[in-house]
Amino acid sequence: MKTILAALACGLIFGAGLVISGMTETQKIHGFLDIFGAWDPSLLVVMAAAVVVTFFGYMLARRQRAPLFAARALWPTRTEIDLPLVGGAVLFGVGWGLIGFCPGPAIVDLATGAPAVIAFVAAMAIGMIAQNRIRGRQRSLNREAALEAGGD
Amino acid sequence: MTSFTPLSAAIGGGLIGLAVALLMLLNGRIAGISGIAGGLLSFRRREWRWQIAFLIGLVAAPLLLHAAGYGLPHPAMPASWAVIVIGGLLVGFGTGWSGGCTSGHGLCGMARLSPRSIAATLIFMVTAMIVVFLARHVLGAAL
Repeated sequence: MKTILAALACGLIFGAGLVISGMTETQKIHGFLDIFGAWDPSLLVVMAAAVVVTFFGYMLARRQRAPLFAARALWPTRTEIDLPLVGGAVLFGVGWGLIGFCPGPAIVDLATGAPAVIAFVAAMAIGMIAQNRIRGRQRSLNREAALEAGGD
Repeated sequence: MTSFTPLSAAIGGGLIGLAVALLMLLNGRIAGISGIAGGLLSFRRREWRWQIAFLIGLVAAPLLLHAAGYGLPHPAMPASWAVIVIGGLLVGFGTGWSGGCTSGHGLCGMARLSPRSIAATLIFMVTAMIVVFLARHVLGAAL
């Protein structure tokens, strides 16, 4: 129960930060991405402030034996810069540039009830599900190949 | 066209960072929105309860701010339905494939000084800038 309430509070604070910083306005994102137009560097300030606060928060978290409400912290472990990372980032960048929405602001803006936002988030969910499926299939194919090769 | 708003950007960014830090300090989890939404949509993890709670918090935030007298977001979306759907598919598929979005790679990963996340962030930013440049200044499309 504590983890659920903590997550709810974190979602609220995160969402409030996005609204207050203006990152829920696609026009503000386009203003940042349009470096050859009337450039609006607000997004850089948002990221810088968020990264600095996160950096110190994570430093504290590294010193914890365990998180307050969970058995252990799940830190990312992958380090490779591979095709999925690069290809995925390119595809994401195209979508982000076209609409001005990344996942967080799009979900926050569901609160407006605007049909265009709902359509975007529905398509985004389908994209995520499709990617999950492909990854799951890839994983089982890899397992079969390893078995056939006599590996483990 | 929008103007530079450094103060609200810094305050909002600080709040976002606070939420990201708290989710790790309290729950030991990375606050990557695509990871949370994608995890929920994989329908098989045991993490779904807190993931739903986090997403509910995201959607509730503008409503609470609105109740406190703040204006609701008003994203401009002049693109056609087809482009909106294609954009959504690309954002969903791309963030899933690369394992993160502006929050997972751009904030959490950058704050961990992860070369993988720094690379992803540079790539999606430059790609998006190229797309906006081509759409606005070469094709003359409204974005």
